[in-house]
Amino acid sequence: MKKLIEIISLKKDYYVGEVTVHALRGVDMVVNEGEFVAIMGASGSGKSTMLNIIGCLDKPTEGEYILDGIGISSLTKNDLSNLRNRKLGFVFQTYNLLPRTTALDNVELPLLYNKTVKTKERVERAKAALESVGLADRMHHKPNQLSGGQQQRVAIARSLVNDPVVILADEATGNLDTRTSYEIMALFQELNSKGKTIVFVTHEPDIAKCATRNIIFKDGLILRESPVKDRSMATEILATIPIEAD
Amino acid sequence: MNIKNLLKIAMNALLRNKLRAFLTMLGIIIGVASVIAMLGIGQGSKLSIQQQIAGMGLNLVTVVPGSQQRGGVQFGASTMQSLKEADVAAILSDCPSVQFATPEVRGNGQVVFGPLNWPTSLYGENESYLQIRERTVESGRMFTAGELTSAAKVCLIGKTVIDNLFGPGSDPVGQVIRFKKIPFLVIGVLAPKGLNTFGQDQDDLLLAPYTTVQKRVLAITWVQSIYTSAVDSKSTDDAAAQITETVRRQHKIKASDPDDFSIRNQAELLSTFSSVSNILTILLGAIAGISLLVGGIGIMNIMYVSVTERTREIGLRMAIGGKGFDILLQFLTESILLSITGGIIGILLGIGASKIIGSAMSWPIVVLPSSEILSFAVCTVIGVFFGWYPARKAASLDPIDALRYE
Repeated sequence: MKKLIEIISLKKDYYVGEVTVHALRGVDMVVNEGEFVAIMGASGSGKSTMLNIIGCLDKPTEGEYILDGIGISSLTKNDLSNLRNRKLGFVFQTYNLLPRTTALDNVELPLLYNKTVKTKERVERAKAALESVGLADRMHHKPNQLSGGQQQRVAIARSLVNDPVVILADEATGNLDTRTSYEIMALFQELNSKGKTIVFVTHEPDIAKCATRNIIFKDGLILRESPVKDRSMATEILATIPIEAD
Repeated sequence: MNIKNLLKIAMNALLRNKLRAFLTMLGIIIGVASVIAMLGIGQGSKLSIQQQIAGMGLNLVTVVPGSQQRGGVQFGASTMQSLKEADVAAILSDCPSVQFATPEVRGNGQVVFGPLNWPTSLYGENESYLQIRERTVESGRMFTAGELTSAAKVCLIGKTVIDNLFGPGSDPVGQVIRFKKIPFLVIGVLAPKGLNTFGQDQDDLLLAPYTTVQKRVLAITWVQSIYTSAVDSKSTDDAAAQITETVRRQHKIKASDPDDFSIRNQAELLSTFSSVSNILTILLGAIAGISLLVGGIGIMNIMYVSVTERTREIGLRMAIGGKGFDILLQFLTESILLSITGGIIGILLGIGASKIIGSAMSWPIVVLPSSEILSFAVCTVIGVFFGWYPARKAASLDPIDALRYE
């Protein structure tokens, strides 16, 4: 199995004034191709810091992080930008779509920063990504014309459009109701079954059970790491949740 | 990110806040429009003065008696009797750069026709007067060389005098008018020329042979001034030098003594007025330039607000692969787009305003292409300069903080 993410004795310190905060105190972690990993932990446990580093938004203080065979500690800011652009997809809790911009334009955005993608290819790939999240009929809608679940689907389409090696989701269901949360998880499971590697941060145990492996952080260290035994299938759960009458 | 996409994104961002974009541009619009209009007015007034001075005869070189000291007493220039007819003849024969020359004597008084009278000036000149002062005879004729030698009591008449003595539109040729009780036969009418730069009516005059005015009206032997015209406007300085030399020789002035006359030419007058209107233009331009600067600061202000407002957008763009430089370019493009659009509208408005002011003031308004190009360039520079700091701020944001920004 190919190691996509390899983290070796990684430490991260923050300096808040005179005080040093040890956010991560030596983490070893591997994510293989095709895995669906849920990172859990209380707030302040270091899970968000971990996701920022995995997402190449931040660099470790000590230790090594190898993404798809590339050690990132020696890379410059611009190299990191390119890496994010080509190899990573982000899904945020608050969707972070551009307001007053159509779904299609939002999804095209990562490809705008990739010079090798021409206009025609960009539009085609964005349309394909929107179709794969089931929003083919909402392409020209703006975020304020879409529901929360639909907005998050647009965000997922945006994270898919550059064909990343890993999709990173930060509390992607945090703003959604239970039913919509499972709809999003069903989408993630579908993508995972097609071979996408997903790293997912959540604090909801039920949601975490949709993944294939759980990693639990505590005080900057990995507390427990275990494969999910009886994995929840989001589509099955959805069938048990009644659709609320409007 | 290519230019087309940059422009598209910037355009969309600006169109999201149409009113704000317009109000921001308004500063630049007013600034540029006022620069264009002010420079246009400045240039126009300069041109208008130039035209009027040129109308008085650009080639004109005037000799007037200068002040003189006799026995320690300084005498006023106008009382001097140093210029003579012989000086005119000498200038004509010895100065190659002088084409025409006429002595001038002048008397003021009432001119009377029938029951009406009118105060005017009687100018005594020779027949070269028309060429020197660039005037034409509208009807009738100029006096002849014969009338000049015989000091004939004939005159030409200006439009203002006709209006007041004969009524507008009448042709007085053949009538006899009286100036200081001396009868003059009107032989011609001078074509009207209007007011000169100093507001003097150039049509309020009678024109007679200088011999007539000297002998029959003023009873003097000297001439009050000499008007000459150089062969072209470039040789007025040469002409002035030659005239100085000739007249000094005529007046037998020793090399160590100062001139007893002075020479004026229109080129000097022109350059004096031009420098005055240049100062005016610079002043007006500077004031307008300040408003342009204020407009630029307006753009900077709005761009700062925009960067703060769109912090999360910036964070997102960075997270999905936008480099600091991409973000810098994006915001710079926005500010340049704002200032250039404002600049173009401002230029059009400025040209329009210049035209309106020009027609209201009946000035020739000149909108120089150079001032348009300059304004356009200044706008671009303003866009870059005032957009730079906000764009720099956006580009240096940390994506993690920016994404979390509330």
